[in-house]
Amino acid sequence: MSEQAPLNQPRSKTDLFISFTLLALQGFGGVLAVVQRVLVEEKRWMTKEQFVEDWAVAQIMPGPNVVNLSLMIGGRYFGLAGALAGLAGMLTAPLIVALLLAMAFGGVSDAAWAQGALRGMGAVSAGLIAAVGLKLISALRSNPMGMPVCIALALASFAGVGVMRWPLAYVLLGTGLLGCGWAYLQLAKQAASQGDAA
Amino acid sequence: MNPVLHMSVSDWLSMFNHYASLSLLAVGGAITTAPDMHRYLVDETQWLSESQFTSSIALAQAAPGPNILFVALMGWNVGMNTAAGLGAEGGLWSTFLLASLGVLVPMLGIMLPSSILTYLTTRWAHQHRDKIGIRAFKSGMAPIVIALLLATAWLLTLSHNQPTQDWPLYLLTLVTTLLVWRTKVHMLWLIGTGALIGALGWV
Repeated sequence: MSEQAPLNQPRSKTDLFISFTLLALQGFGGVLAVVQRVLVEEKRWMTKEQFVEDWAVAQIMPGPNVVNLSLMIGGRYFGLAGALAGLAGMLTAPLIVALLLAMAFGGVSDAAWAQGALRGMGAVSAGLIAAVGLKLISALRSNPMGMPVCIALALASFAGVGVMRWPLAYVLLGTGLLGCGWAYLQLAKQAASQGDAA
Repeated sequence: MNPVLHMSVSDWLSMFNHYASLSLLAVGGAITTAPDMHRYLVDETQWLSESQFTSSIALAQAAPGPNILFVALMGWNVGMNTAAGLGAEGGLWSTFLLASLGVLVPMLGIMLPSSILTYLTTRWAHQHRDKIGIRAFKSGMAPIVIALLLATAWLLTLSHNQPTQDWPLYLLTLVTTLLVWRTKVHMLWLIGTGALIGALGWV
């Protein structure tokens, strides 16, 4: 999977809590880009390929995506307690910051400079999300469907959501079923040929 | 003018129920259910003023952390409006307690059902991670969720739809994309720069 040294792991539930707290506090305009950079590139708790797989699940399940991701990653290492540690890390400190901001600046958000600042931050966070998407494309190289099929599915999904503006659920049902079905056939074929070889 | 409320126990319970019923519908992020929250909190119950509603969303976007915190901020405001209903009898402590209740009730409602479902489902999937069906789901969805990230960025950019006026925003998004994709520059610098040039009115 990975071309480099073996992966690391969170040392304890405290490590998990602190790690998620620190990355949540850096996540202005969405936490995803920070999660990807810190967990995959800096701490190396997971490979890019594993991150894409986890993100797929976190996005498909109901609920806030990055909160789902913190539950899943925490739960994998330390069970329910780990899931709660990850969740608490993701929410506690940012909640306190948000409430302090609400108390201090509750009425400011109508001011022109505050609106402008949000406009600028919004444009940056759109760029952050796009960059994560672009980085993760290389994780598709090891996908059993093969790169051409992956690109065709991605283009169709992008066109459905981004250009045609169809509801997410319909696009997921359409391209999702095609993708999962095709991946199943490929994996089954692989398993069969390995069975023959053995 | 902010509403002055007298919330009963059954009001808080119905708030919990409302958010719990939205929880499993929030596929693709809780912000997709914001229109329904507006209908409930502002139009129907009138627990929040229009400006409290919009400033809750704006503040959650400006603050670090998951965007779901806009739910907590709305609840905080409902709690503050309830404390205002106590009038002179309410002290600092009862204000704090009511505001905290306002945070807890909708947050537990929106988080509990989806979190329990996600935890149980992913634990089950992890136990069966070598089964072809599970691997096919993860592999099959991978290119699609990557496309969804790109589509989200695309739609966020196009939500500003006057190119003659909005082109500096497009440029800012493009430069950010390239920098984060290709360099290790710290994202806080980028967000700070975006906020600054936005506040100065350059974009």
